[in-house]
Amino acid sequence: MTPADRGPHLSSRRIAVHPGAWWIWALALGVGATRTTNPLLLALLISASAYVVATHRTPTPAARAYTAFAKLAFAVLLIRLVFAVALGSPIPGTHILFTLPEVPLPHWAQGIRLGGKVTAEALVFAGYDGLKLATLLICVGAANALAGPARLLKSLPGALYETGVAVVVALTFAPHLIADVQRLRAARRLRGRPDRGVRGLLQVGLPVLEGALERSVALAAAMEARGYGRTAEVPAGVRRTTAALTLGGLLGVCAGTYGLLTAEGGTYGIPLLLAGVAAALAGLRLGGRRSLRTRYRPDPWDARAWLVAGSGTAVAALLSLAAARDPDALHPGVVPLVAPALPLWPAAAILLALLPAFVVPQAPQDPKEPS
Amino acid sequence: MIRFEDVSVTYDGAAGPTVRGVDFEVPEGELVLLVGPSGVGKSTVLGAVSGLVPHFTGGTLRGRVTVAGRDTRTHKPRALADVVGTVGQDPLAHFVTDTVEDELAYGMESLGLAPEVMRRRVEETLDLLGLAGLRSRPVAALSGGQRQRVAIGSVLTPHPQVLVLDEPTSALDPAAAEEVLAVLQRLVHDLGTTVLLAEHRLERVIHYADRVVLLPAPGAPPIVGTPAEVMAVSPVHPPVVALGRLAGWSPLPLTVRDARRQAAPLRERLATSTAGSHADTAAGSRAAGAMGVPPLERSREWGRVGAAAPGERRQANPPPPRTGARTGTGTGRRSLFRRRSTLSPEAPQAPHPPQTNIAEIHALSVRRATIDALRHIDLTVTPGETIALMGRNGAGKSTLLSCLVGLVPPTRGTVRVGGAEPHRTAPPDLVRRVGLVPQDPRDLLYADTVAEECAAADRDAGAAPGTCRALVSELLPGITDDTHPRDLSEGQCLALALAVVLTARPPLLLLDEPTRGLDYAAKARLVTVLRGLAAEGHAIVLATHDVELAAELAHRVVLLAEGDVIADGPTAQIVVSSPSFAPQVTKILAPQRWLTVTEVREALA
Repeated sequence: MTPADRGPHLSSRRIAVHPGAWWIWALALGVGATRTTNPLLLALLISASAYVVATHRTPTPAARAYTAFAKLAFAVLLIRLVFAVALGSPIPGTHILFTLPEVPLPHWAQGIRLGGKVTAEALVFAGYDGLKLATLLICVGAANALAGPARLLKSLPGALYETGVAVVVALTFAPHLIADVQRLRAARRLRGRPDRGVRGLLQVGLPVLEGALERSVALAAAMEARGYGRTAEVPAGVRRTTAALTLGGLLGVCAGTYGLLTAEGGTYGIPLLLAGVAAALAGLRLGGRRSLRTRYRPDPWDARAWLVAGSGTAVAALLSLAAARDPDALHPGVVPLVAPALPLWPAAAILLALLPAFVVPQAPQDPKEPS
Repeated sequence: MIRFEDVSVTYDGAAGPTVRGVDFEVPEGELVLLVGPSGVGKSTVLGAVSGLVPHFTGGTLRGRVTVAGRDTRTHKPRALADVVGTVGQDPLAHFVTDTVEDELAYGMESLGLAPEVMRRRVEETLDLLGLAGLRSRPVAALSGGQRQRVAIGSVLTPHPQVLVLDEPTSALDPAAAEEVLAVLQRLVHDLGTTVLLAEHRLERVIHYADRVVLLPAPGAPPIVGTPAEVMAVSPVHPPVVALGRLAGWSPLPLTVRDARRQAAPLRERLATSTAGSHADTAAGSRAAGAMGVPPLERSREWGRVGAAAPGERRQANPPPPRTGARTGTGTGRRSLFRRRSTLSPEAPQAPHPPQTNIAEIHALSVRRATIDALRHIDLTVTPGETIALMGRNGAGKSTLLSCLVGLVPPTRGTVRVGGAEPHRTAPPDLVRRVGLVPQDPRDLLYADTVAEECAAADRDAGAAPGTCRALVSELLPGITDDTHPRDLSEGQCLALALAVVLTARPPLLLLDEPTRGLDYAAKARLVTVLRGLAAEGHAIVLATHDVELAAELAHRVVLLAEGDVIADGPTAQIVVSSPSFAPQVTKILAPQRWLTVTEVREALA
């Protein structure tokens, strides 16, 4: 019996696309979102990513992050609007919606305004701006829902594996901590103390931390007993070369980035950055020799992964191009107040983001187990 | 395979060695059971095999431990990972990854096995442990038995020659425990794995063991021998051994089957002595707490439950707990009269009039996330009654207790405890009506010393200062005021939490899995304490997997399955009719209905 005949429960893993592809796709959509403030395009971006998430989300706890990120995005949008109303806005406007009583501020707070006239233009501008941020957050949420950060960290190169495990363990720490707090607050009720309120939260703090520490020690013992941190002997020469390459590479990356960002360093920036990245990668590869680890069923980077990552990158690239060539369509004006129009080509470009929904087969529903 | 040579372990800051003079050898392919009372250093001995003691825990190890020829002094735990697989008490603390399949692969990844080998072994292990259907599940979503099997599987995949397990079945229901033990049995028989395991619940494991290592007392050298030899002298022993010792059987039986073969004379003696008054006095004293309840009312409650065994349903008016069931209907009725007449003077003294129920649950349903945790439950608890809630892991036992104490609001239906709805009652008021000792009693303890804990409990409950401390001294003699609650053993922690809860004198006492991690002595003390409370009129509801405890303590057993009550009735009837919930004594002496060794002893006296 070959593994492929083993029944439907296998397929969810076999068809999984490399987590890196999903993250590239989602982050590229986020980059695309920063290129425009057109609410129609942003709404289109949100809908496209939401559609893919709805069809391809994983059944892991990390997938719940999407809802959390959506709520956060909504909160960001609201806060942006509230600030625009309360603190005023530099946008000159003529359509006054209402006037708040203005709070007189001392002279050193010049340039800050509390209350005053609220114009439609200012509100619309704040709304566009908030929506852009919100779209960015939703894209990050989509990345979490499609491939949890833990899965992404597992794809790290061998030399970084142990760091990756440490980060994954740390990532699961927070949910455990929350569960502990809930359990101990419930226990307070059993002692006849109020189980709500800030005081209740503070009093369980110490026991929760003690419990978390104990659990961490138990986990460390289990990991140690299961061979975490076994290393292979490597010649001293290789060790030294690894260290030199990694450190030199990181220095190169830093210097190169500095060169890129300053006006004078335009000439040496890019070559230095590239050399640094190459050296660091070589160092990582060499460092991987110390690690004995092998990987169980690594996620393959296949044609689907290329398509997923490619579709996201194409959206980002096309939107950037459109923003450079036709900035007016992507940034609808607010003074004078006009209804935003849907620019045809950028909208068509965003629809490319839907590609994964069709090229990646859907994971089957988690089958109900008899036991 | 494992060799201890005059090993003693002293932890930093400890006055003396935790274990001393440990000197034994475990040959390849044997299943060796490590037994002893709580706190004798069983976990230390197990930890020494995997090298976690002393490399990880600190302390000084004298002597020498070798595993598969490797000295643990020179080999760190990670260097032993390919020959020793260790599973600790809590499987959740053992998991590094988040899905079953990754968890099985993790150990092999660390050892650097080839991907094809890993793949093959994961598939083999999934089949061996019956986990194939769960392979992509998150480990957090598994039941207790499944978790334990995944934990065992995760250390099996590197094909260790030695498997070390610390209390693998103590958190499991009887069926899940059987499942795990069957796997161990299969490993020993088919793969020649050497297994060393520690367990408190000897009745579950003793018959699987090839040899037993007994640590009789802290710091005392171990006694090694065949199970029968060691059980003859062991301070901890399962009921079947207790019964064998009582009846003077030789060789000492370790399984129900062996015991039944020798039990015919004992059954005859018991049958003749039951005709006398012994059994009645025994039963009378056992069931004293339930006496205040008119039989008619109880029978109505049981009549409502549809799924009881056919034998019970045929009886229009089932006899009250325990007595009638034992010797058939005729004697039952007779003893019922006698018992009621002897106990009727007690009824007026009871703190609550017999008619009032302490807790009433009507048509209770609870939905958690998308799962029906409880479905249409009806239950009443009367003063002085002890009820055992039993059923699989995840059957809804803890949810039912949480409802009674107001931690979980009912989705539908009503819960009333002492006339109030628990989830709408303010905590300070609620503790005077109902108290719960949770699964981990440490959750209830916050303070740094026992004295502070007691003072806080008095304040919380509004009791006179010193109330809690008096209870602690009663339940747990010899505990000093400045002891830190975290330094107490499982049994001591339970006693302290119980004292804290009892400070408010709640008429209804709930215990969730109280015998987890307790040895037989601690369990016997708990039984005495709880019986005393029941006799004072406290109603007790305990959720437990421990059939022996339920047999000792409960007047009534409520069986839950998937959120439904599937049986509700007197302990004798319910446990006798179920093969997995019957205590060992019942199985041995069937068709006579005896539940505990104590009963048999009193009947023979």
